[in-house]
Amino acid sequence: MGPFDSIFGNHVIEIQELYKYYGDRRAIGPLSTRIAQGEVIGLLGLNGAGKTTTLRVLACDLLPTSGSVRVAGFDVVERPDEVRAKVGYLPDRPPLYDDMTVREYLAYAARLRNVPTGNVKKRVADVEELTEIGDVGNQLIGSLSHGFRQRVGIAQAIVHGPELVVLDEPISGLDPVQIMEMRELVRGLRGAHTVVVSSHILTEISETCDRILVIDDGKIAWSGTETELSATLKQGMRIALTVHGAGVSSQTAADKARAALSNLGGVREVEILEPAEAGEGVASLRVAVTSDVREEVGKALVHADLGILELAREKELESMFLALLGEGQEPAGRKRRKKKQAEADAAASAEAPTPSKEPS
Amino acid sequence: MRALIIARRELYAYLRSPLGSAIIAAALLVDGILFYFASLDVKRLSAQLLTQFFYDSSAATMVAGLLLSMRLLAEERQSGTITLLNTAPIRDRDIVLGKFISSFGVLTLMNLLTAYMPLMVYFRGKVSVGHILVGYLGMILLGAAVTAIGLFASSLARSQVVAVIIGAAMVASMILLWVVARAVNPPFNTFFSGLALHHENYRPFMVGTLQFDRVAYYLMVTYFFLLSATKVLEARRWR
Repeated sequence: MGPFDSIFGNHVIEIQELYKYYGDRRAIGPLSTRIAQGEVIGLLGLNGAGKTTTLRVLACDLLPTSGSVRVAGFDVVERPDEVRAKVGYLPDRPPLYDDMTVREYLAYAARLRNVPTGNVKKRVADVEELTEIGDVGNQLIGSLSHGFRQRVGIAQAIVHGPELVVLDEPISGLDPVQIMEMRELVRGLRGAHTVVVSSHILTEISETCDRILVIDDGKIAWSGTETELSATLKQGMRIALTVHGAGVSSQTAADKARAALSNLGGVREVEILEPAEAGEGVASLRVAVTSDVREEVGKALVHADLGILELAREKELESMFLALLGEGQEPAGRKRRKKKQAEADAAASAEAPTPSKEPS
Repeated sequence: MRALIIARRELYAYLRSPLGSAIIAAALLVDGILFYFASLDVKRLSAQLLTQFFYDSSAATMVAGLLLSMRLLAEERQSGTITLLNTAPIRDRDIVLGKFISSFGVLTLMNLLTAYMPLMVYFRGKVSVGHILVGYLGMILLGAAVTAIGLFASSLARSQVVAVIIGAAMVASMILLWVVARAVNPPFNTFFSGLALHHENYRPFMVGTLQFDRVAYYLMVTYFFLLSATKVLEARRWR
């Protein structure tokens, strides 16, 4: 396959039967997937699942033990320089020189990545504007806050205008305000770049990404949108409610709400929780539904003469994620399982790899 | 040339950090003190004084070469900035070459700053310009070889301290090959003597004799260790 076949096929990343071993330990594999141009992909997995190794292979920081990885049509083993020119990579720890100013560092990163000398200044100015770091352009990197360091890390990853941007845990260690800003920044990359973001903070993936790849034990356990994920597991959504019944006790208000909702179409289960707010007549409930019936729930509560203090959709991703991984085990149990798996894999390492079973 | 982009950044780092200046200042101070004491011996001929200067300065050059090169790759690995280089479209050999050029450049600058001492001997005594030039050529070649060894050691370690210990052990082992040469019978004594980093190979430069096989020796040692450092970087991607 030539370099342009992928572009015509509209896939920036094509991974087939990828394996990566560290000594005898299998870090990833078998792993196969395709990622289309312009997609924002979330790589979701627990610590040690193989996310960082996968991203490092995509960025040509590591070479695969076996299998084929093509980025923008170029094989990472045969044509690493072409791949590196088309990839921008932000590792979990941004590769920053504390003794350089932001502007000097970005210019250095641009020159390293083949940006023509005449364009360096403009490219640096462009990414400073995009990542909103112009105000600290002349500051030493060593004096920057964690949030700004992450921004500079993203700026170096996109300074050469890569086709693919790979971000490893970009929100790690950020405060809530910085997380929101970083989320906007990642969203802002959509369109101009194909983006792969890894995270174990599950809500981040659904907030930022078009598609989710769930990775477990070095393999892709699932891929699809959050909606597809939800449908696959037939869990539907959950609605968090806080209601107020005038002149009644909290328990009575909760009972009234449950009675009003139990027979409503689309409602699977109503669970009474501890009141989320203090006060007479205040009750909190969680409603499991099979479709989006938030409007009907609101009407039913009003009809039952209950005031609505809160009605919000709960994020289901975390429970879905754990269900996908077949979890519910204690972390120690999981560790034992992984150790057993590693031993079994080590014994079977001489055998031919088996194909990936990634659902479409 | 891609290596020059990295060399420029490294030179900049030496200028910004106190480490580079401190190493140069300390080496120059030691060179000056040793030269002062050597010059107190009034019976010594000026050519002998110059030979002694190149001998003393070679020690300062080797120590400074190791200290300047210890951070080159170890620090990048420790701070995680090696990822920037590993994921840029630049060959491992260019990374190594860029690092080498910067460190070797600083070391050569340090060597040239000692020139006032041989010049004093030249103007007040009877030595040839050739002796001075050949002596400096030897010192610079020795510096290149030690820098390459230090760079190789730096590619093996994550810590600068470990890197300088590995580098010092390698340099010491290579210097002490002349002791091994004395202990073994021919033809092995010639073999080990020819491999020694300092004794047989450096002495001709000290006395102002230019021997091309000695020049070739230092160039080969430099090339061998730069190539080894490159292979270490390449191998790390496959781990």
